[in-house]
Amino acid sequence: MTFRRYLVLAVVTLTASLGDTFLARGMKSLGPVSLAHPAELIHAIFSPWVATGIVLLIGFFASYLTALSWADLTYVLPASSLGYVIMTVLAHWWLHERVSPLRWLGVLFITAGVGFVTRGPSYTDHGSGSGDHREEELMLAGEVRS
Amino acid sequence: MIHAQAVLATSSMIAAIVVTATAGDILTASAMRQIGDLDRIRAKSGIPGAAAAVITNGRFGLGVLCLALSFFSLLYSFSHRDLSLIGPAATSLTFVTNAIAARFFLRENVDRRRWTAAIFVCIGVALLAF
Repeated sequence: MTFRRYLVLAVVTLTASLGDTFLARGMKSLGPVSLAHPAELIHAIFSPWVATGIVLLIGFFASYLTALSWADLTYVLPASSLGYVIMTVLAHWWLHERVSPLRWLGVLFITAGVGFVTRGPSYTDHGSGSGDHREEELMLAGEVRS
Repeated sequence: MIHAQAVLATSSMIAAIVVTATAGDILTASAMRQIGDLDRIRAKSGIPGAAAAVITNGRFGLGVLCLALSFFSLLYSFSHRDLSLIGPAATSLTFVTNAIAARFFLRENVDRRRWTAAIFVCIGVALLAF
């Protein structure tokens, strides 16, 4: 994993949590949406909060796809787990939602659990020797030689 | 009775998000594995080339369809329940279902470290309900 790739994972984390928070802020201001009127969901897309949330989530999706092209799904998801903490902090301080101590403990458990996994390898090599990992191996070999 | 209905409604919302998100994640991850390293494609063919490689992949299209369904389920849930409950619960459970699905469908090496993480996440999700 290079610094640039950690940066991509940081973008995945930040855009996901900020995007969800913007969506929630927008949907709260619009009020409850009924399943009997699904067109209200389409209308919601054009509200500023929801629209900004969608732009952030598009940024999330682009960085998420980039990360998936060189790392396992079961690595990318936990690696971006700091989003749980950011989202809960934003919900508490910005949306003024009540977050109980047990929920905070839950967030800690989740973060500890998924943070733990990032200490392992990022990619399952199926023996093809292709892609980024092959390239990284060659780069490392080059560094060792020089 | 009303409380039981509320719990059932919340569980259904979370389940809808989790199932569609897992299907979407597995399909898109599978598509990206098929396509290869996006950084290398972008270096060779530029951003339009990388975008074309992704958009023209059929598995990616199916994945996006599932993720869109998950997105609208999430949007609907946010208008009825708290972000701090729906957000972490749905995404954390998706992590667990993704670990199981990735093991079987993507043949990822979900070792003891990753399973331990899944258990931690389950405990965390249980605590989020309080």
